[in-house]
Amino acid sequence: MALQIIAYVVALIMVVGACFSLLAAVGLVRFPDLYTRMHAASKAGTVGSGLLLFAAGLHSLDAAVFVRALAGFVFFVLTAPISAHLLAKAAHQAGYRMSKRSVIDQLPHKEEARRH
Amino acid sequence: MTPAAVLSAASGVALVLLSLALLLTVLRIIRGPTLPDRVLGLDMLVAIAIGLIAVIAVRTGFYLYIDIAIALGLVGFLATVAFARFILARGLSPERRTPGTTEIPQAKPRPSQAGRRKRKGAR
Repeated sequence: MALQIIAYVVALIMVVGACFSLLAAVGLVRFPDLYTRMHAASKAGTVGSGLLLFAAGLHSLDAAVFVRALAGFVFFVLTAPISAHLLAKAAHQAGYRMSKRSVIDQLPHKEEARRH
Repeated sequence: MTPAAVLSAASGVALVLLSLALLLTVLRIIRGPTLPDRVLGLDMLVAIAIGLIAVIAVRTGFYLYIDIAIALGLVGFLATVAFARFILARGLSPERRTPGTTEIPQAKPRPSQAGRRKRKGAR
């Protein structure tokens, strides 16, 4: 009985994780500029692949495999914000502008910072 | 339905959804107007590939795939960091910056005619 419940939970987590990944990809295509696309890719994308890794670990019913999957999940959750932040900061410093629809940009550009 | 059938169906659905996500991401990489968009697409591609590997691990029962997913995550992180450093070092791509001026064009895809004329006048 417990095994059946675990199988159902794994199936549910797998479909939910794949849905998160698909929504992240849709956001990547539909959002207007780099900085909004980054939201979709680094939040929904991380949750999607993390849930799928968690499902794989849960399905194995093996502590060693589960811990490894969890370690991969934690590693991914730790590194995705770092890489996204670094990429956004680099693009902003290089001078890539936000879309015209965005409301506020509080980080000064390099030229503006020098002028002040 | 037996649990095995449910798992098989769920992994099939997940594979289809992840393939769609992969296609959309590749579309963004091809269309991406700037280099950071493409780098972001590659980062997303790595994330989806990790999910795909996890689903295949469930489907086939080879849990060694999870180690491959961890290694792929490490490589993807390092690649994104390296690309970010490259973007920082390169600045805007040459076709976006009007040559001869320090002004960065405000969300203009091509250098304006006025900038070109100004540059000719300077010569």
